[in-house]
Order: sequence, then structure tokens, then C-alpha cells
Amino acid sequence: MNIFIDNRSGAPIYDQIYNQIKDMIICGSLAANEPLPSIRTLAKDLRISVVTTKRAYDELEREGYIYTLPAKGCFVAAQNTEMLKEHNLKLIEEHMNEIRKLAALCKLSKEDIIDMFDIIDELE
Amino acid sequence: MNAIEITNLTKNYKGFKLDNLSLTLPSGCIMGVIGENGAGKSTTIRSILGMVKPDGGDIKIMGKKMNADLKNDIGVVLDEVGLPAIANVNDVNKIMKKFFKNWDEKQFYSYMDRFSLPRDKKFGDFSKGMKMKLGIAVALSHKAKLLILDEPTSGLDPLVRDEIIDILNDFTRDDDHSILISSHIVSDLEKICDYIAFIHNGKLMLCEEKDILLEKFRFINVTEQQLSELDQSAIRGKKVGKFGVEAIAEAEKIPSGFSSVPVTIEDLFVFMAKEEK
Repeated sequence: MNIFIDNRSGAPIYDQIYNQIKDMIICGSLAANEPLPSIRTLAKDLRISVVTTKRAYDELEREGYIYTLPAKGCFVAAQNTEMLKEHNLKLIEEHMNEIRKLAALCKLSKEDIIDMFDIIDELE
Repeated sequence: MNAIEITNLTKNYKGFKLDNLSLTLPSGCIMGVIGENGAGKSTTIRSILGMVKPDGGDIKIMGKKMNADLKNDIGVVLDEVGLPAIANVNDVNKIMKKFFKNWDEKQFYSYMDRFSLPRDKKFGDFSKGMKMKLGIAVALSHKAKLLILDEPTSGLDPLVRDEIIDILNDFTRDDDHSILISSHIVSDLEKICDYIAFIHNGKLMLCEEKDILLEKFRFINVTEQQLSELDQSAIRGKKVGKFGVEAIAEAEKIPSGFSSVPVTIEDLFVFMAKEEK
């Protein structure tokens, strides 16, 4: 497992860890029930704060990507297709919001956007 | 359990007052205490160690009041490492063996190898970096659970500083090992600290989880006009220049549309301390 911390990116370190582990789980490079390094080990190996690492794990657990067994550690949760779909829906929603903002900036109507989508869809 | 618990610590000196300082270091964590020279960092540390008698307040270390027994559990490194100038590494080992109940000779010599410190050279002839490394090796070789360091990296070159941070990082792999470290150079500490405390003019300005601090505040570059339109309670410090104003503001009070960049702990301290003056 590789995790890279970029100090210059401006993104919070816990966010960088959260995103990288999440991506590994979604793309399947971390399999279900695979153990994750303990919070303290990961923090020390990355030379970062324990609190920072704990926050990334807490977030992953809250979102259902990992689960914790008391005194055993953290493991990758089995990802069902439903959840991946949910995840992608959320992404689409975010992109759509972006589109809406951009459209408002250049005064495009909802119909214009739908037309654009139809054209792209046909081309594909 | 908390490694250190300070409540309402007060100490009066002529022309300086450590004022009602309270802070807590949870066990297993690293806290960086930041402040300029003369802010009260060393007085705080010396009070914890019982080297200074406070005028008021209460200090508990691992749940207990400071006592002779507790000294075995605390590794201490002060800015000047106090060892006899004529002692070499082997002599230091002999002295410490008598001094500490849990002195671990093997551990001590393994640090000597790791730091490449010569066995027969006199302490007085050591360079500043070597002295500091020896001091840290002593602090880490008697099975201490709490490490208290006062300015351990000041005046050292970046390579040695990095090495020291590596060792401190390794020390806290054990989850009941904690560190309190004071410094005025914060950039090298910033990454490994869990908590940050700012001391300024004898007062605790803030004590907070590092991540929360980095999230709570943002840097903005604005004109004086724009600055005056902002919620003034959001501004925590500013530098007015000829071509604009650099300011640190509370992230959630910055209106959308203002571009802002993340702060570093060092920026935050400098801006806040200046604002206080």
C-alpha cells in the first residue's frame, strides 16, 4: 500500500489519506477484510500526527469503507455494488452542481445544458 | 489518562508574569509549545519539572504530583545539556547508571552508534549537535514514558534537526509515550505534533489540535478597502504593506468570493503575537 503526503498541495493531510485509502478500496486494490495498518503505525511511518491519522480513519469508518474490531484494528469493509453506485451518484451530483454554477455564469438555460448533453450523448 | 495536566499555573518574576496558564497533554500525544524568547515556555517547563516553585496553580504528571520516583519516568532535555565537560560517553553511562533506576545501557550504546558519537571524546569537545544528541540519548535510555524537551533543535543544522525529529517520532510509536516540546522554530515540528500551544507574554494564547488550527484559519490577500468591509471579529492578525494587506482570518467568516490560502502554524503564531502587542 502506498500513501503519498503532499505538503505543498494545500489539501489537509487527513483528507489526502482519506482519499487515497478510499480510492484504493473503490478500485479494489485493497480487498475486503484486508487489515489496514494501525493508526499509530501509519502516523509514525508517514511522520505525521496521530490525531490527523485517526481523523482520516474515523471518516473512512463513518462512510462505511472500513470497520474496526476492538483490540484487533481496522479492516476494509466489503463494498457492495449498491454503495459504489451511491458513491458515483454523489460524484455525478457534484459535477452537476459545478455545471449549474458555470451555466449561470455564462447565462445558459437549463434547456441549453440538456441540449448539450444530448449532443454529447449522440456523439458517443 | 493525561500525561500532563496544568491548571492555573502562575509565577511572578520582576517584570514578567506567567499568568494563569492551563493546558493538558493527553497520553500518547505530542504537544508543541510555541512562543518567542522570553514568552514563558521555559518557566512553564521548569515548573512542570519542579525546578521552579510556582506561586499558584496545580501540576499533575501522569496523574500524580511531581515526586522523586516520577523522575525516572520523565526524560528531560533542556536547551543546555548539563554534563561534566571532562566526561566521555563511557563516563556518562556510568553516571546515569547510578542516577536512574531503569537505566538501559544497551539502549544507550545503541543510540551512540545510531548517532555516531565517539566513545572516548570528552563532552566538552563535542559540537552543539553532538551534545544535544547525547542529551536526547540519555533522556531516552531510562525507559521514560514522558519526554520533556526545551528548545532541543535551536541552533542545530537541518540534518541534525531532522534526525532528532525522527527519533521523537519513533519514541511515540508506543501509545503510552508522550512528548512536550517547546521551540521557536516550528516548521520542523509542525508535522509530527498532535497539539499546539501558543505562549505569548506569559499567557496561553491558544491550545488546540493542530489540524483544527490549520483548518480554522486562512490567509487572505486584500486591499485595505476590502479588509474594512470584512467582519472585524474574523481578523486575527494583519500586515499592512504598500501594495495590499496580508491578513489571517477565521475561515468560516471569510465571505465566498474572497480567495484564501492555507496558513502554516508559524504564520499563525507570528500574526497573532503581533496583533497582541
